[in-house]
Amino acid sequence: MSKQSSAVISKVDGLTKDGTPVIEAGEKQATTSSEVVKPLRPVKSRVASRPWDRYLVRTLSIIGAVVIWYLCSVNHVSFIVSFENVPDPLVVGDQFLFLLGTEEFYKHIGVSIGRILISFGIASVLGVAVGILMGRSRIVADVIMPHIEILRPIPAVAWIPLAILMLPTEESSIIFITALGAFFPVVLSTLHGVEQSSEVYVRAARSLGAGKMAILRHVVLPGALPNIMSGLAIGMGVAWFSLLAGEIISGQYGIGYFTWNAYSLVEYENIVIGMLTIGGLGTTSTWLVKQASKPALRWQESER
Amino acid sequence: MSTEELKAKLLPPLGKTHKMRYKPEKGHIQIENVSVDFGGDVFAVNDAFLEIMPGEFVCLLGPSGCGKSTLMNTVAGFVNPTYGSVKVDGMVIDKPGQDRGMVFQQHSLFPWKTVCDNVAFGPLMDGKGIDSARSTARSLLEMVGLSAYEKRFPGVLSGGMKQRVGIARALANYPSVLLMDEPFGALDAQTRAMMQENLLQIWEEFGITVIFVTHDIDEAVFLADRVVVMSASPGRLIADIKITLPRPRLAEVVTSEDYIKAKKQCMDLIRLESMRAFEQQRTTA
Ligand SMILES: Nc1ncnc2c1ncn2[C@@H]1O[C@H](COP(=O)(O)OP(=O)(O)OP(=O)(O)O)[C@@H](O)[C@H]1O
Ligand SMILES: [Mg+2]
Repeated sequence: MSKQSSAVISKVDGLTKDGTPVIEAGEKQATTSSEVVKPLRPVKSRVASRPWDRYLVRTLSIIGAVVIWYLCSVNHVSFIVSFENVPDPLVVGDQFLFLLGTEEFYKHIGVSIGRILISFGIASVLGVAVGILMGRSRIVADVIMPHIEILRPIPAVAWIPLAILMLPTEESSIIFITALGAFFPVVLSTLHGVEQSSEVYVRAARSLGAGKMAILRHVVLPGALPNIMSGLAIGMGVAWFSLLAGEIISGQYGIGYFTWNAYSLVEYENIVIGMLTIGGLGTTSTWLVKQASKPALRWQESER
Repeated sequence: MSTEELKAKLLPPLGKTHKMRYKPEKGHIQIENVSVDFGGDVFAVNDAFLEIMPGEFVCLLGPSGCGKSTLMNTVAGFVNPTYGSVKVDGMVIDKPGQDRGMVFQQHSLFPWKTVCDNVAFGPLMDGKGIDSARSTARSLLEMVGLSAYEKRFPGVLSGGMKQRVGIARALANYPSVLLMDEPFGALDAQTRAMMQENLLQIWEEFGITVIFVTHDIDEAVFLADRVVVMSASPGRLIADIKITLPRPRLAEVVTSEDYIKAKKQCMDLIRLESMRAFEQQRTTA
């Protein structure tokens, strides 16, 4: 006889081994022992429970790198890597403070952020839409996949001549190059997310009366959301480094233009500032994308 | 000796069967000469014929891989029969529908929806507004004793609780048929016994037709009005056994003499029918 019935036998007997009556215990135990609910938040690991430690380490790591940079520069270290002409952090810092006092610098940043927003917007919408279509239809996937595979390895800089030839304005060429870079990680992550979506959810939805569109909205899309969101975060990073390439074309503004311009004028401080500004803006915007996706992914916390 | 004669000898006469509160009119299932060919060596389901009356609780019993899920999926509308047809209340089934609720073996709640919104999904798809869908959902959650968890995500629930939500969700469109594919297979014995008892209460309350797939004979005998036995490999239905244990059945019934007798009769019949099926296979091969 199965365990189930032996469990019931002890209940009917009204006694457990140690002789305590268990008339009600059958139900009680079921709700306390086997129906245990996981804690609201999973017990956090030691490291994660002290996030400030980790931020401290990260901050110290940055400070350490700057100190090494400083020492190498002022001592004109030249061993494999040459720091002979690299401006030291203090000089760069001075120049940065100076730039922060000019309107021009903000204009560069503002124009670039504007381009990122437009490009990233286009790449996100197209990437998610195409990724879902590819995931749901084999023919669409077969039509589009070869193009993605061939085009994806082409670096953004290589697109410059064609972009200028094919698109009406400089601005649209820059947007195109930036958006193209961000598009690939978004479309591939979305596709991956959709392909992963479990058939059992689709079946459950169908038996509850959901049509194709409802399944897309209530099952496929939310199921792929974790992948989509990580695709968007990666896409945001790629957008910034594509932007640098695209802004070669730009005649006047943009943090990429600023960097290229400094390069042709041999302004070492400005080159470093341009690079670090792009790094900083890229990091910040990627962080913002991740933060923005958190509320939509709250359900995942309970999954582990 | 014919099967009929044998059954008559083995099983006590009808009459002790439980009286429903009201007589359900919907949920009449006719599985007519259904075969399912997945392209393998043998049919997954082979010429199945089964009629289930409104409000009946039928357990589909058989070893792993014999085609239980496939047969149930033809009723659900996920699998179309290669031959034959399935009708529910006279309508031929060719796709899933709201008249047939499904409870799956694996956890199939939408992890991105709260418990309440999972249960509300059916009514929402039925064209109800979200408020009315949620209030239906709340009343069903109350019935399965999980009101306290309505705002939580399924990930925090235990296996038994998940299945209770799964049952509530399947019932939220008030279907006439409830299809359950080894719903308690992954649960521990204690939780399982409790779930079985709860399920019978719900079934009586809803007056709904249930097809319940299991490979556990204890479970089948405890729950069912009829145990339909499927044989290994060629996916045939080999026995259809009436269980006349009185209702309502509480967990204690499994210790009763009647239960043990019913189970033994069931086992004898299954053994006999399996041997006959085996014999038949050998002579035809
Ligand atoms: N979609 C499918 N395509 C091909 N073969 C299938 C498919 N679904 C099931 N089968 C085959 O049909 C047979 C019956 O499968 P089914 O899932 O119905 O068995 P089951 O009785 O439910 O088994 P279990 O108790 O393990 O769930 C198996 O041999 C299986 O491999
Ligand atoms: Mg199965």
